[in-house]
Amino acid sequence: MPQVTLTVNGQAVREEVEARLLLSDLLRERLRLTGTHVGCDTSQCGACVVHLDGRAVKSCTVLAVQAEGARVTTIEGLAGEGALHPVQAAFREHHGLQCGFCTPGMIMTAVDMIARHGAMDRATIRRELEGNLCRCTGYHGIVSAIEAASREAAG
Amino acid sequence: MPDFAYIRARTIAEAVEALSADPQARALSGGQTLIPSIKQRLAQPSALVDLGAIAALRGIAREEAHLRVGAGMRHAEVAADAGVRALAPGLAALAGLIGDPQVRNLGTLGGSIATNDPAADYPAACLALDAEIETSARRLPAEAFFTGFFETALAPGEIVTAVRFTCPRAGAYAKHRSPASGYALTGVFVALLEAGPRVAVTGAGPGVFRWAEAERRLAEGFTADALEGLVPPADDFLSDLHASAAYRAQLVAVMARRALAGAIAGSRG
Repeated sequence: MPQVTLTVNGQAVREEVEARLLLSDLLRERLRLTGTHVGCDTSQCGACVVHLDGRAVKSCTVLAVQAEGARVTTIEGLAGEGALHPVQAAFREHHGLQCGFCTPGMIMTAVDMIARHGAMDRATIRRELEGNLCRCTGYHGIVSAIEAASREAAG
Repeated sequence: MPDFAYIRARTIAEAVEALSADPQARALSGGQTLIPSIKQRLAQPSALVDLGAIAALRGIAREEAHLRVGAGMRHAEVAADAGVRALAPGLAALAGLIGDPQVRNLGTLGGSIATNDPAADYPAACLALDAEIETSARRLPAEAFFTGFFETALAPGEIVTAVRFTCPRAGAYAKHRSPASGYALTGVFVALLEAGPRVAVTGAGPGVFRWAEAERRLAEGFTADALEGLVPPADDFLSDLHASAAYRAQLVAVMARRALAGAIAGSRG
């Protein structure tokens, strides 16, 4: 069986996996990191977004073996000791979540887009959210949270 | 998802050897089409040969009047590359319109053109920018590479290694996307090369094609009103739940005019 060695939230991981095992399943089933959600399993909804070597990807559309040697960050790896990540704090402040199912993917996507763009206007944020769906249709609060977090990050 | 063997190739030669040894094996690049296809049982490969670790498939280089883009370059990398943005801004913009941000972080140029989805964006850039496709075995012009519905000239065991795009005097891409999938209902790339104008259409027919009548009009004058009133015949166009053939023909006309306007606005003189 193929073996995969990677770093997840700073921890070294070495697992024997079937070639078909998805990164989302490695994270959830093997490592019990269930903050990464699987909504559609067809790369539409974005609930499963994690960072692979610093880039936002849909972990339901990556094989675990493709992450060989990579650094993976999940929603569990974002916050520091006892403090929310600034994007997480902005989601709480601006009512960026309702049922919460899409939230891990929204936040991982937001961190990636803020790193690339810095401060953003609402149109840019909505365009960048193209790969993330909120089944509560709570986009207004999500966009407000990302807008605020992006301004804070840009100083 | 059915299981398969997995081979991580380190060199182009290793990949070719593994793919040649097993006719049911498939090359895996970014996986953004292939993995969903395996999930849906549209593809059932015996083995996946992962090209992701092959350094020779990476990189973007200027070669006189051409841009050579490695087959393993991801859409987001092409969209953000300073050289591509300066020398072929329409190509950079096209790469930035593929799929969604997460797909662009994994999907690759080589994977896109080797799949040759009739609604893929890159094939339009290849035809409009008179690209040469480099493979593990040969070089061939884009027009000989794209042979039909999900079909290319690639032989078993042959992989795309790079694409050499001609830097245009002017060029832009306009796309009407399906709001659900992000794929092009129609996309048109209009370019003015040293050798003349080119108009390439994706999403409308069973495969990417050049729109000869539009090119003839633009050869008479690469001006904003050159395509007024021109609509392609819808005879061979796709008709499905997203759009009828006649609607696609109308969209081709509109996208071509928008791409022309974009090309003129962004022209480097």
